[in-house]
Amino acid sequence: MRYLPHTEGDVAEMLETLGISDMEDLFEVIPASCRRSTDLDLPRPMSEWELDHFMENLSARNTIDHDCLLFLGAGRYNHFIPETIGAVLGRSEFSTSYTPYQPEISQGTLQALYEYQTLMTRLTGMEVANASLYDGASALAEALLMAVRVTKRKKIVLSTAVHPAYRKVAATYLKPTGCEVVELPFLPSGRTDLSPLDEVAEPAVLALQSPNFFGCLEDLSRAAGLVHESGGLLAATFTEPLAFGLYRAPGVDGADIVCGEGQSLGIPVSFGGPGLGIFATLEKHVRAMPGRLVGKTRDRSGRRGFVLTLATREQHIRRERATSNICTNSSLCALASVMYLASLGGTGFRDLARLNYDKAEYLKRGLAGAGWEIPFSAPTFNEFVTAIPGDGEEVYRRLKEKNILAGVPLKRWYPDLSEHYLLCVTETTSRDRMDMLVSEVRS
Amino acid sequence: MKERTGTTGLVFNEPLLWEMGRTGRSGMSPPPRDVEPAEVCEELQGKGPDFPDLSEPEVVRHYTRLSQWNFGVDSGMYPLGSCTMKYNPKTNERQAARKGFASAHPLLPDELSQGALRLMAELERCLAQITGMDAGTLQPAAGAQGELTGMLIIHRWFENRDDRRTKIIVPDTAHGTNPASAALCGFRALAARSGPHGILLPETIEELMDDETAGVMVTNPNTLGLFEENMEEISRIVHERGGLVYCDGANMNALMGLVDMASTGIDILHLNLHKTFSTPHGGGGPGSGPVMVRKELEPFLPVPRVVEDESGALRLSENHPLSIGKVHTFYGNFGVMVKALSYILSMGPNLKRASELAVLNANYIKELLKDTYHLPYDRTCMHECVFTDALQQSYGVTTLDISKRLMDYGFHPPTIYFPLVVKGALMIEPTETESKETIDTFIESMRSIAREAREEPDLLLNAPHYCKTERLDETGAARKPCLAG
Repeated sequence: MRYLPHTEGDVAEMLETLGISDMEDLFEVIPASCRRSTDLDLPRPMSEWELDHFMENLSARNTIDHDCLLFLGAGRYNHFIPETIGAVLGRSEFSTSYTPYQPEISQGTLQALYEYQTLMTRLTGMEVANASLYDGASALAEALLMAVRVTKRKKIVLSTAVHPAYRKVAATYLKPTGCEVVELPFLPSGRTDLSPLDEVAEPAVLALQSPNFFGCLEDLSRAAGLVHESGGLLAATFTEPLAFGLYRAPGVDGADIVCGEGQSLGIPVSFGGPGLGIFATLEKHVRAMPGRLVGKTRDRSGRRGFVLTLATREQHIRRERATSNICTNSSLCALASVMYLASLGGTGFRDLARLNYDKAEYLKRGLAGAGWEIPFSAPTFNEFVTAIPGDGEEVYRRLKEKNILAGVPLKRWYPDLSEHYLLCVTETTSRDRMDMLVSEVRS
Repeated sequence: MKERTGTTGLVFNEPLLWEMGRTGRSGMSPPPRDVEPAEVCEELQGKGPDFPDLSEPEVVRHYTRLSQWNFGVDSGMYPLGSCTMKYNPKTNERQAARKGFASAHPLLPDELSQGALRLMAELERCLAQITGMDAGTLQPAAGAQGELTGMLIIHRWFENRDDRRTKIIVPDTAHGTNPASAALCGFRALAARSGPHGILLPETIEELMDDETAGVMVTNPNTLGLFEENMEEISRIVHERGGLVYCDGANMNALMGLVDMASTGIDILHLNLHKTFSTPHGGGGPGSGPVMVRKELEPFLPVPRVVEDESGALRLSENHPLSIGKVHTFYGNFGVMVKALSYILSMGPNLKRASELAVLNANYIKELLKDTYHLPYDRTCMHECVFTDALQQSYGVTTLDISKRLMDYGFHPPTIYFPLVVKGALMIEPTETESKETIDTFIESMRSIAREAREEPDLLLNAPHYCKTERLDETGAARKPCLAG
């Protein structure tokens, strides 16, 4: 086997050094009743050539944007990724290293993560960002747990316009804690109805997503004012960070924690994972923050260098009193995102955000002109909801037969929104493709 | 010894990203604009983030230079204990990057994502076969999230039986994340001391296990690299008192094809695909931490689950009322799963050979270094061995100095000061993909360092000498944190 360097001769020599004659002797300590009596029932090893064929066939059984017109977003976005990301990210000094516990031989990862943290503070409008969490959903769950620690309160207010999977993950994390979750409904505008907030006594945190699951921008500054009045924190989550190239960052509007998904920033969709959990907050909360942090320091000769820092918050030091149990995070995806943002630059980021917005508005207008309803009036980013008049499901099905997936059906998560579909447009959705959808709808 | 592997080479100083560039440069050409600008709500508009503008060559050179300051498995032996830094096959990367995988959207209808679902079903089947467990989930994004998932399953199991349990036993030889994972589910961790030979004794568990204790969280092989020989008996005691046995399987690389984990009596087991199954660790992730369970616990696994209908078609099923819920936005780190299955299919039944050689390499190092470094538990180890700095302390050098000096020799240091049960621990896990020659050079280097400790301790105290930086001020970094530029 090509990954195993030992020859029979090597093995014999090594066993001799150990004073044993048989490999089996190494496993004598294991009780016979725990040993496997049969060989592993796995197919015979594939050659590299066979594996290529096997995986080629398997991957071809997934439909991708190339085969079909997909208007799918809802938490994973098909953005263009330049070749440079793969080339530099694929440098095995980055990809085949472990968490940088030994800073002197990990300065590459550490400086890149420091750059990532910095760019994330600028993106979100916050003061500190960690070195990544797993994904957007667990980042929100961690934000809620952090708010409970900071405020020492146990009531969580969560908008129903937050991504349904994020809410489900949050509920899973919160279940054993005994925290109470109050859900806020959404208004006909597609924004969260903040009025029930008045009746919630002592909230730990209000969590909103902006742009929300329907693509609509929330009024974060109003929400911040309301929740701060009652002594709670505002956690602003997101699934599409590109929106902050056009709209104000949540930090500017008064969020205390900004957390969400960074997949849009140079990371492939990859059937939903790996993603990138972005997590940022204010300096005063840094010691309550989950996840690893990279800090700037000096070496013995005074040269600039970087280290993992504030580890006293973490599980391996504080054990059960840690701010989180997270250890492995999503470092390489964080590196992909910083390389992507470096490639785009501030100018490119703003231009790309505007292009995404303009394209989505183009399709929105087109579909409205063709008779589909746009039920929510709030401003959106690159996603929006349509209601298909008449037998919407039948229309959706007919489009699917013509290799057009007109968004994600919302009925599964919102029974009141049957015949409603969430459509997504990015820079990779050409005008021709949008025109094709509109003309199909017209016919 | 013959020539040291580590030497100096030309590396470059490189500024921080925002110390470079000029406004107006661009390193990317997105698809062209083919629609007119639309009106934007002014009230919500912002200025956009302040990122530096750079050209493509600047970006590529910047990150290439940064990468040269790093050490990966491809650079050299990386014997970081309990992290299983084995070689990461290149073909795995190619498979995960296939357009049909990398571009597959998670919300495609099931009938349009049969390839991805088949891959997940196949990986689940292989992991069940390798561990002997009945069913599993691939959803957890890393080992610690696997632990959390396991703890949530335990929590839900007792809740479903109306049995309130508040404590869980965690031995001193368990992984560092275990107590924090248990605490997230409201369990108080009860520390259990390992016995004189470094393994857990049934009487310790007998004493701690009561009907308010949910069970035990063991790492097997444990962080001393030793097989927990009394697992069957421990499991029996825990089960007898209504508890469950959780096994941290991060060290499964010692046991593939050799041990049937189910027969050790455990109920839940997490695996680390980025350790045992060769997927790269990426400087700290992404990983993947599947959780395998016994049949009785299957209804509690996270949703959605991949199920097969009579026609052989696969679908994602949400309908599992006892499920703990969900721990990931979608189905877990699919890209990592592709790499792990590629590895398993490339190895087949040879996985057993990989485990044997991993154990052989560790024992060989233990045998040849035990006269040079203090070995607190002198018995056959599994995939890793743990030494201490006890013999070197009299020269004024510590585990930290030894590990920093090892960098000059061209090796990544072992895991240090862990497990806590051993003072000044040096935890060495060579893995099976290091050749005998490399292992011999490592041993020689460790001996040479011990000699230097005796004769020229300053060499160690001032190490590393050949890295991008000298020793960094970690205390200062924590005292006055500077976390963004």
